[in-house]
Amino acid sequence: MADVIQIQVNGEQRSCRADATVGDLLRELAIKTERVAVELNLEIMDRKDFDHRSLKQGDRVEVLSFIGGGAPVEAQGKGRGFIRAK
Amino acid sequence: MQNDRLVIGGHEFTSRLFVGTGKYKDFVETKKAIEASGADVVTVAVRRVNITDRSKENLLDYLDPKKYTILPNTAGCYNVEDALRYARLARAAGVSDLIKLEVLGDERTLFPDTAGLIEAAKILVKEGFIVLPYTNDDPIVAQKLVDIGCPAVMPLAAPIGSGLGIRNPYNLKIIMEMIKVPIIVDAGVGTASDAALAMELGADAVLMNTAIAGAKDPIAMAEAMKYAVLAGRLAYKAGRIPRKLYATASSPIEGML
Repeated sequence: MADVIQIQVNGEQRSCRADATVGDLLRELAIKTERVAVELNLEIMDRKDFDHRSLKQGDRVEVLSFIGGGAPVEAQGKGRGFIRAK
Repeated sequence: MQNDRLVIGGHEFTSRLFVGTGKYKDFVETKKAIEASGADVVTVAVRRVNITDRSKENLLDYLDPKKYTILPNTAGCYNVEDALRYARLARAAGVSDLIKLEVLGDERTLFPDTAGLIEAAKILVKEGFIVLPYTNDDPIVAQKLVDIGCPAVMPLAAPIGSGLGIRNPYNLKIIMEMIKVPIIVDAGVGTASDAALAMELGADAVLMNTAIAGAKDPIAMAEAMKYAVLAGRLAYKAGRIPRKLYATASSPIEGML
């Protein structure tokens, strides 16, 4: 059995195989890679690297996509979908 | 009006109505309202993908990127750092270099933090973004944004979602006279006459979300907005008559008994 590591995906703890790549993680989550942005430890990834970048213990992954919005509603800034630098 | 195209940062648009995609009941209603509005430009926000419930559909499954220009925004960002992060994430998600830049200053009014806006716009323009900044109805700030390299500016009509309409037509008019890039009046429109007024003042386009999505019948309101923007644009180009205090008869006096 492959070793298991702990990572954080969109703020939630998750375990995955120690040899998994970012691409593997997205497939496991059934996330289509078109039109998503992935931030790994606060650095935005080039989608070409998804299948080459292995995950490491404690990595923090953010997966984002487009949702309805235009004029922001006040709640949007506080919702669970929002990530903040500060 | 066939050749009355709007060009921003190399992108060409037929419709002068830009619409947001927030606050709709569901994606079907979103899609129908956008179709009824005739808009080419559709704004979207960037948020975390729901990883626990993957059954949730994606907005872009309903909006064909070949048919619409997707304009991601930095809605909900209250500092330069967050706005830059969201703009870069939007670009990484692979739609385009367009960004509707919002740096908000206050949660109650959602007024822009124009100092932060200018700072963020400078950085993003250098990074090659086509920055459309959501700004206050301040001509000096608008000019600074143009000097930085923004190919359009988006002054507000009134606070976001307020429906108060054009609160300061004189400032907007000054912006339209001073600024040599397209002006998109963004936020605060309540109903069709507000949109028509913005266009009659000389706006190049109007962006709205709540006025349509929050209407009792969003699809009908979307259609009303389409005609309002068209009517306002035609009236602006036709040139209105001057206002006078007293009457001028339309029918001739000659030939009367």
